[in-house]
Amino acid sequence: MSSPTSARKSQDLARPLVEVRDLVTRFDLRAGLMGRVAGRVHAVEGVSFDIVPGETLALVGESGCGKSTVARSIMQLEKPTSGSIRYGGVELLGGSRHDVLRFRREAQMVFQDPFSSLNPRMTIARTLMDPMRVHRLGTTAELRARAAELLARVDLPPEHLDRFPHAFSGGQRQRICIARALALDPKLIIADEAVASLDVTIQAQVINLLMDLQRERSIAILFISHDMAVVERMAHRVAVMYLGEIVEIGDRRSVFTSPQHPYTRKLLSTVPVADPARRPTTRNLMTEEIPSAVRPPDFVPIKRPMRQVSPTHWVRESD
Amino acid sequence: MAGSVTLNLRVPVPADPIPSAAALDDDMILSVEDLRISFALGRRRTFEAVRGVSFTIRRGETLALVGESGSGKSVTAMTIMRLTEYDGAQIAGGRIRMRMKSGTVEDITRLPEARVERLRGSEISIVFQDPMSSLNPVFRVGDQIAEGIIRHQGKSRPEARAMALNMLKLVRVPDAERRMDHYPHQLSGGMRQRVMIAMALACRPSLMILDEPTTALDVTIQAQILDLVRTLQQEIGMSVLFITHDMGVVAEIADRVCVMLKGKIVESGTVEQIFNHAQHGYTQALIAAVPRLGSMADKDEPEPFPMVVYSAGGAAA
Repeated sequence: MSSPTSARKSQDLARPLVEVRDLVTRFDLRAGLMGRVAGRVHAVEGVSFDIVPGETLALVGESGCGKSTVARSIMQLEKPTSGSIRYGGVELLGGSRHDVLRFRREAQMVFQDPFSSLNPRMTIARTLMDPMRVHRLGTTAELRARAAELLARVDLPPEHLDRFPHAFSGGQRQRICIARALALDPKLIIADEAVASLDVTIQAQVINLLMDLQRERSIAILFISHDMAVVERMAHRVAVMYLGEIVEIGDRRSVFTSPQHPYTRKLLSTVPVADPARRPTTRNLMTEEIPSAVRPPDFVPIKRPMRQVSPTHWVRESD
Repeated sequence: MAGSVTLNLRVPVPADPIPSAAALDDDMILSVEDLRISFALGRRRTFEAVRGVSFTIRRGETLALVGESGSGKSVTAMTIMRLTEYDGAQIAGGRIRMRMKSGTVEDITRLPEARVERLRGSEISIVFQDPMSSLNPVFRVGDQIAEGIIRHQGKSRPEARAMALNMLKLVRVPDAERRMDHYPHQLSGGMRQRVMIAMALACRPSLMILDEPTTALDVTIQAQILDLVRTLQQEIGMSVLFITHDMGVVAEIADRVCVMLKGKIVESGTVEQIFNHAQHGYTQALIAAVPRLGSMADKDEPEPFPMVVYSAGGAAA
């Protein structure tokens, strides 16, 4: 199979776990007394991709490109304007409550800021046991034992169960967030800038942990990031987003070694090079800014087709 | 600013990191000597955040102070501006000698508050990580830049605004005339950081401290700001103390590097020495952790980061 959305290798016939098609999420901006629609944020505009089990798809782009809105739309935290999100072959948009609940159990999210994503008044034990309790997965004693196992899996000692989040560093908190995500044995983890606020050495540890867990349980990961160098390490496939659209998608190796879209090239050129001998003089991008995704209410987005570069690599035509 | 008149003792200065107690070399702007900073935790207990840090900065030089959260790098920088005492910090020892524009050398740790106020902005300025919380949301950015010029240089408001406009142009804010009358919320993160740099430059300080100035910005904007700092340094030749945890950024911007761990400088050297011949295990771990673009070019499958864990540091929590 060969479409812009899927397959890192053409022989890879694993059935996709997540299929996103033509996803559009817009936000109305209202103004005036009557609350008339004065404009719309075209946050996500016709995004399509698949993720197969055990695969990491990285969604890269800068603030405002819509990458987090894609994640939140998949997690049903935003209501998409149109499109389709299928999970294990079942449509989630307008799907039954039962299907959505099952999805919520199997898909977990890890957020950027480990300080605001843990409840400061809950012990770690309670933080880890709550999701299992909600889904009625055992007695309190069983859940506590399971919480201790989870903590051990993310390399934290079980004595930490009765501590509160304030006792932990950023990296430890992010491990706790990962342990919480693992509590329900997820098939999909959406990591939204999950390592962006961590120190580099801690960042490397957390990513290695995610990759270990993925290999161990063939979890599919949607890894949202702005950091091309991190993405290069951990992704199987990469989708580059710009102004709500995927402008380039393909297997990690070919996107990084032969980037086709001008925006992908620009992103790659701005990564700091950890070698003083290769210090750039200047990059000549002095004041360029990312354009706004706010459009007038009658705006009709132009649909540009995607061109196939190789069997596993697609790029949107640019003008 | 060619100030080298007052100090002619010229005692031979020993090798770099620990400067002589007596004279300050002619081209040295700042000399931090055995600085110790402690915070009161309770009535009896104190926490020593900086434990005997020494470094110097020469004219036109960029020194990067590198370390992870909690290493004491920001506390060191804020103390140079004498800002930490508002957070309950105390300078427990050492001194910070600064060559003023007038040519005199003063120990910042002993200056009275009134003198320190005059020094902030005109001799040393600082740019923080988050430009939104360092700008006042209810004043126009042009007026915020002009404020320092009026205060430190005694200019009239129209004069100061004209200078502020020049500063905005200097930091390459497009459409600067119109931007003068904008409020901070009307600007993007990158533009706000440019405004902060313009403000920091407004009184032509001899030292600018940049405390993680690009951490909150997007990568393309980070590249722009680094370009800008480099260009400005060539244009006006000021010294920069650049605080960061990102070795990638260090490689791009620094002349010399001091690596901080738990309140101490564990290694210092030129940027080439640090990157090519790091001696300390912690420095090696920091460099190894930086993802290098292109390192995976010949590989199909993802690979974990090589871990060089520095165990004695306890950073591997």
